[in-house]
Amino acid sequence: MRPQTASACLLDVADLHVHFETSRGIVRAVEGLSFQVRRGEVVAIVGESGSGKSVSALAVMRLLPRLTGRTRGRILFDGKSLLDLDDEAMRQIRGRDISMIFQEPMTSLNPLLTVGLQITEPLTIHLGMSDEAARARAVELLQLVGIPDAESRLDQYPHQFSGGMRQRVMIAIGLACNPKLIIADEPTTALDVTIQAQILELMKELSRKLDIALIVITHNLGVVARYADRVIVMYAARMVEEGAAEAVFHRPRHPYSMGLLHSVPRLDHPRGARLETIEGLVPNLANAPPGCRFGPRCPFRIEACAEEPELLPTDTGAQARCHRVAEIAEGRITWAGSGVAGTAQTARDGGALLSVRHLTKHFPVRGRFGSSGGRVVRAVEDVSFDIAPGETLGLVGESGCGKTTVGRLILRLEQPTGGEISFAGADMLTASAAELQAIRRKIQVIFQDPYSSLNPRMTVGQIVGEPLHVYKLSPDAKAAQARVAELLSQVGLRPELGERYPHQLSGGQRQRVGIARALALEPSFIVCDEAVSALDVSIQGQIINLLEDLQRRLGLAYLFIAHDLAVVRHISMRVVVMYFGRVMEVADRDAIYADALHPYTKVLLDAAPVPDPTIEKARAPRLIQGELPSHAAPPTGCVFNTRCPMASAECRATVPPLEEKRPGHFAACIKV
Amino acid sequence: MTIAAPAEAAPRVPNAAMEFARRQPLGAISFVIICVMMTAGIFCEWVAPYDPLAIDFVQLLGAPSLEHWCGTDAYGRDICSRLIYGARTALVIGFTSSFVGSTLGAILGVASAYFGGRIDNWIQRVVDILLAFPIIVLALVVVAAFGRFAVAGIDVNLILAIAIPIVPRVARVVRAAALSVRVMPYVDAARAAGYSHTRIIFRHMAPNVVAPYLIMLTAFIAQAILAEASLSFLGLGVQEPTAAWGLMLSGNAADFYRQAPWMILFPGVAISLAVFAFNLFGDSLRDYLDPRFKV
Repeated sequence: MRPQTASACLLDVADLHVHFETSRGIVRAVEGLSFQVRRGEVVAIVGESGSGKSVSALAVMRLLPRLTGRTRGRILFDGKSLLDLDDEAMRQIRGRDISMIFQEPMTSLNPLLTVGLQITEPLTIHLGMSDEAARARAVELLQLVGIPDAESRLDQYPHQFSGGMRQRVMIAIGLACNPKLIIADEPTTALDVTIQAQILELMKELSRKLDIALIVITHNLGVVARYADRVIVMYAARMVEEGAAEAVFHRPRHPYSMGLLHSVPRLDHPRGARLETIEGLVPNLANAPPGCRFGPRCPFRIEACAEEPELLPTDTGAQARCHRVAEIAEGRITWAGSGVAGTAQTARDGGALLSVRHLTKHFPVRGRFGSSGGRVVRAVEDVSFDIAPGETLGLVGESGCGKTTVGRLILRLEQPTGGEISFAGADMLTASAAELQAIRRKIQVIFQDPYSSLNPRMTVGQIVGEPLHVYKLSPDAKAAQARVAELLSQVGLRPELGERYPHQLSGGQRQRVGIARALALEPSFIVCDEAVSALDVSIQGQIINLLEDLQRRLGLAYLFIAHDLAVVRHISMRVVVMYFGRVMEVADRDAIYADALHPYTKVLLDAAPVPDPTIEKARAPRLIQGELPSHAAPPTGCVFNTRCPMASAECRATVPPLEEKRPGHFAACIKV
Repeated sequence: MTIAAPAEAAPRVPNAAMEFARRQPLGAISFVIICVMMTAGIFCEWVAPYDPLAIDFVQLLGAPSLEHWCGTDAYGRDICSRLIYGARTALVIGFTSSFVGSTLGAILGVASAYFGGRIDNWIQRVVDILLAFPIIVLALVVVAAFGRFAVAGIDVNLILAIAIPIVPRVARVVRAAALSVRVMPYVDAARAAGYSHTRIIFRHMAPNVVAPYLIMLTAFIAQAILAEASLSFLGLGVQEPTAAWGLMLSGNAADFYRQAPWMILFPGVAISLAVFAFNLFGDSLRDYLDPRFKV
């Protein structure tokens, strides 16, 4: 443990401004940001994309592009003014006193160097250790971050590590020189929920044990609640609220923080009929409006909001940038639910719209000479479920569990290896080309990434209008144009946007275009493949509400594929839980979330962080251990037996069938 | 980044050419160079000061003068006039063969990437075989196999002979680009909507590989002009005394360039300028056609 020096304040950022000179004018990415980080403290910076949170961190590290980025203000780290240091002195600080952990563990390690070399590199450079000493320290570090068999793994390459293990290696590199401060930029965003829980535990424990201050940048409020002592909320380049985690979460004093906390679906609250959302879009930083940045989207806007408010102290010991802080504190302003109560609960008395039976997909493994040699990856194994008209079926699981493949098989983007798929009574696998064409019109898809799901060479109008043209759904060009305008307004877009290209739209707008394209063929069933997971929290709520409105109005059925348990709970009527290609549990939403039977479902629900610091800090460490099994050597018997807390010899011997344990509640486990 | 006001839709520029000139000034300049060459090539009978074949024994290896701007060659023929007549050969053979070869290659490459699996495998093995031959050798084979066949004075088989070796080279590069487009969700969306293969290949995939296509197209114009020169030298292309840039460089110019450097200087400049103009024009066209570069 490091001895406490005179000042408890480790990092003192005052009036930080970051500007970028771009072809579209000066983008003010951070404006007047001031905050302190004490030794050993965990500070979270929360905000949506473009709020300036990552840029602030890069400014502290002085890693912004030299030619276009302009940094102004004062950054004191351990008594040294970072902005006045020369490059050589700054390089001494980077990696030794301040280290950084990035989001993407797949790309932040060099694939051509061994892991050992990448861990020992900062040790030999910054601390001048000999190779042997550095290697010994690297083994120690790998053990510290929970990598078993550390000695032999040092000589392996990054591709031999799983995503979670790579993030552990990144943390080991970050810790190598005993830094005083670690900046972690979305450290767990790319990880699965069970792995995320493990990494969160690890980082929290290490920062306590080694007395390292931590700045965590994230958009995930659950992660913040789990970690943070203090929270900084940023919106459109400015800090809007700052205070102790409990204060900000339980008694937010800025309308934006209030809205943000309201717009996430939560596992710890009863499911509301409708998500409350923040209307509108984040302002463009190249020509930001004068006055309060949040003003245009704020439901409590008054005339004074035309003036930029100062950071005002609140009754909770925090500070918030809002003229009406006092009124909020007195409870005279509360976030009014825009909730039109309407539960889309469809009775499942009629026949199934889509019926999947024993669906199986094996991908051949390519050997060196292109032959498969009979080896296969069992991506989907014996999956069965029904979807009724107008129903939403949630399909949850971690990455690699086969949920996306199931969606692709239903869309016939992949050819199933076995099983049956029938839609409205017609067998899709034996259908002729013409029949399949007719069925395809009724089954549409919404993809995850709003950036790559629209053809960049086509205008919005062309994208939405193409199906009308191909299937001759409109008698003439004028009628087609009117229909495109109608579709766009149906998803909440102005018809003028039809002239734009996708890159000119924001993420939320693009996702709406994707929905309009899906609706053009008047489908009765839509596969939503992670349809909201790439969106910001406040936009995510808008899209979920839109999907629900459309369902009510058009009687659509959805297969909602997602990894976010809270979102699935909000939107689904029934839920299928998948793990490693197999169905673990199927039940009504409330049965799954209130009374899960399968140990995997329990573990999954336990691992999801809840945006409430009181609950999170009181919670015992997570149950889940271990990593997803490898497809090269799949487990025998129950696929979950390698990580299951209840596993026995019998579980390793037999594959448990999916059985109806209670009326309408199926689980594949011999122990329940 | 967010787009704010609804009324900011750019006013439509009435003339696409003006818009191109405004956004791609270099591209516009190169387009003018190409136009000048084309005009010269098409109207060479009127533009050229002398008959390109007229031999003048008084002016052997004459230096550039007011009378002969680019000097004369070993037979006393006016180099300037020969360059102007040569533009016709260069542009017709060079541009057409490169265009035909690159376009066929691009379609093959996109189709190969789109269908994947066995079809892709077979196409690529054929491409491998064709790639094993240098351009000039393959062109020789084609000319030797098909002989000469001229339509309206244009040697169709010569164009094909140069175009065919270009096909596999472009197909390989375009396939690589198309493979990354193939896995884009918008292609999946088109497949899920039940669109035809032709529609997906031409409407959804091809426009997104236009960048490598244009780069290959303009790069191969230069190669095609040079290939035409080599074929001519070997006696399979355009024959002496026809005016052709490649022929002017490769013929007896090699013997006289010490005494008369203008004999190789001006044809060399003409080829470089043409290549340069086509490359620059291709780059500008690529940027212009990409909606992402529109502000």
